[in-house]
Amino acid sequence: MKEVFVRLARCVGCRQCEISCALVHSESRDIHQAVWERPLPRQRVRVTREGSEYYPLRCFHCEDAPCIGACISGAMHLDEDVGTVACDTARCVGCWMCVMVCPYGSVRIHEGQKVALKCDRCPDEDEPACVRGCPTRALLVKERALVV
Amino acid sequence: MGRLEGRTVDPAALEMLKHADEQGLETAWDRCRAQEPLCGFGNLGVCCRICLQGPCRIDPFGEGATRGICGAQDYSIVARNLIRSIAGGTAAHSDHGRHVALTLLAHLDGHAPDYRIADPAKAEAVARRIGLDPAGKTPQEITREVTLAALRDFSRLEEEPCTWVTSTVTPGMTEKFEECAIMPSNINGAIAEVMHRSTMGVDADPINLIFGGLKSALADYAGCHLSTDLTDILFGTPRPVRSYANLGVIDPEKVNITVHGHIPLLSEIVVDVAREMEDEARAAGAAGINVVGICCTANEVLMRKGIPLATNFIAQELAIMTGAVDAIIVDLQCIMPALKTLCECFHTRLITTIPFSKIPGAYHVDFREERAKESARRIVKLAIEAYRERDPAKVHVPQVKNEVVAGFSLETMLEIFASVNQEKPIRALVDAIEEGEIRGIALFAGCTNTKARHDEGHLTIARELAKNDVFIVATGCAAGALAKAGYMRPGAVKEFAGPGLSRFLERLGRASGFDGGLPLAFHMGSCVDNSRAVDLAVLIAKEMGSDVADIPFVATAPEAMHEKAVSIGAWAVTLGFPTHVGVIPPVYGSSLVTEVVTKIAEDVFGGYFILETDPLKAAQKLIEALNYRNWRRKYSRASLDEAMVAE
Repeated sequence: MKEVFVRLARCVGCRQCEISCALVHSESRDIHQAVWERPLPRQRVRVTREGSEYYPLRCFHCEDAPCIGACISGAMHLDEDVGTVACDTARCVGCWMCVMVCPYGSVRIHEGQKVALKCDRCPDEDEPACVRGCPTRALLVKERALVV
Repeated sequence: MGRLEGRTVDPAALEMLKHADEQGLETAWDRCRAQEPLCGFGNLGVCCRICLQGPCRIDPFGEGATRGICGAQDYSIVARNLIRSIAGGTAAHSDHGRHVALTLLAHLDGHAPDYRIADPAKAEAVARRIGLDPAGKTPQEITREVTLAALRDFSRLEEEPCTWVTSTVTPGMTEKFEECAIMPSNINGAIAEVMHRSTMGVDADPINLIFGGLKSALADYAGCHLSTDLTDILFGTPRPVRSYANLGVIDPEKVNITVHGHIPLLSEIVVDVAREMEDEARAAGAAGINVVGICCTANEVLMRKGIPLATNFIAQELAIMTGAVDAIIVDLQCIMPALKTLCECFHTRLITTIPFSKIPGAYHVDFREERAKESARRIVKLAIEAYRERDPAKVHVPQVKNEVVAGFSLETMLEIFASVNQEKPIRALVDAIEEGEIRGIALFAGCTNTKARHDEGHLTIARELAKNDVFIVATGCAAGALAKAGYMRPGAVKEFAGPGLSRFLERLGRASGFDGGLPLAFHMGSCVDNSRAVDLAVLIAKEMGSDVADIPFVATAPEAMHEKAVSIGAWAVTLGFPTHVGVIPPVYGSSLVTEVVTKIAEDVFGGYFILETDPLKAAQKLIEALNYRNWRRKYSRASLDEAMVAE
């Protein structure tokens, strides 16, 4: 199973992961066109700060995910093939229980579409966009077993 | 398309990129990959680093900060960044011009004996244009008056307009600039004002900021124009010359000296001195000395001395990689610091020459006007010394070069037009426009940029416009692209020109007895020489009884890169040219600023930016802009005639 890891000391808080995330979830995937799209593309990662340290906060795809347990419609589920917590937006009814229970604040409300918005770990990409976009390689994607 | 083929359409550059790959040599294209992905905030212009509270960034997707710490909105930040870029360009062009002026003055005062007043007739013409009376004065006196007038455009304290703006545009344009309060009175002052108004806590109004930027842009224009004028006086107004362009001009048998940068004060002298020092080169075992150029220094010495052009901006490293360049002499602007590391892989001497333009590890020959020849000799000696260390095993020169006919100053163009219409030379061009033989005129300007496929935009747009009967003039690295590809040889007319343009150029070529025929694209010089294209446009406008904003004349910079391109683009729009830029400048972070530069500018000045990265679509948009102006001109004339008949 692959997992995205963060090398804390390398994060300079440039927020390029946020831009890359929004772009990969845009229609055009081009910065100069994406800013003109309506609705605007949404990012799933957010850089937070604690003291002098920055941290790109995204969904941890928990093994025992509170959001899945809290989901009343069965939209939030574990995709066992790739090991991600995924939201089937067609089934999402917008009750926001997942948003309430996520201990990291990683599930948010997609205001335009009234569904839960969270990291999908870029299923169609070789590498998640936030990892590819990080200029200091603070974000890494690795086999979980190799790191633990 | 292969990885390397995607980087350039220039066969010589492609060959060298393959060679670089084999040899493990790094190029700008490799470094460009290492920069990816480019910072989204910077790319959109919404990163503000002006005060120490930040850097602040506006979230382009609307989820994060919508204002900076001080409360500046996206439009204030984008506009501030944009006009600071214009001020950077203005500083570069005008300082170049000021440097030439000071050299002329030093010469007149007897401190720069290696120079001469090469074109007294130009001095007289400029004097007349700016309202001085040259009658009964010596060329030295006239030149001094002109030079002092130019320096006054840098130092005027009164609120009077810059002479080099008012004396070179139509009265209607002068009036417009005064009306919009963007007429500069002092070039340095305009730059200072931009830096001031865009600093923390001053101007936050995007429209006001942009108008301040345009004032600086007009100061840039003045700087460019006086630079052209004074350089012509000092080194001669370009006349038609034949030469060659592309990396094949580097001659492995000879000592190769490359002149690179923008200001020809030293390179002109190097060319002369090199001719005198041929024997020393032969003594070192070489067949002679071969001076070639890169960037606008190349354009300056190509236009005036027929020195071959090796390549344009983005390919500068590839010239060194031929292993046959013994010295590269750089002055200022567009010089990649990467040259130093690269020169270490070869015997090539990198020589900086300007006190405020140094590169760590390079040789520095302090160029002084009073000892110009001495400086030049030292440089040529260094090159000959280096030649002895050249490793023949490392020499790899692509056998690609194309014939170039250059030297088309406005004066030369008018001489050619005079062969068709002695009384009013410009009429030759105006008639062709009015009769629909040619659709209009396009100025190709600007740089080369890793964001685009090297030279592709220039060549594609040139082919499309030529096919559609557009008369092409070119400057800077755009001219370099067209020259390298052979679009500046006479044969290109048959190959690419539409029937109208073809007929027009052939008629002109025959009438003027131009040896071998006229080229498809007319090389007007370096980037400061964009002023020559403006002179052409203003002449046409005056002849048509209108302003530049009304005539079918467009500009394109398919691969703009430098701040200088931003300032030129800004004044091109202000003067009334629909101006295409093939890379997206950092303005998209503010829809307001984007709308202003691409649409609203037209309502005020007639000119506007066309931001289009696809060369074919760009060509189409330029043609539409020309069609629209032709239609509007005909329509307004037809309705006028109708009204007169009715009366």
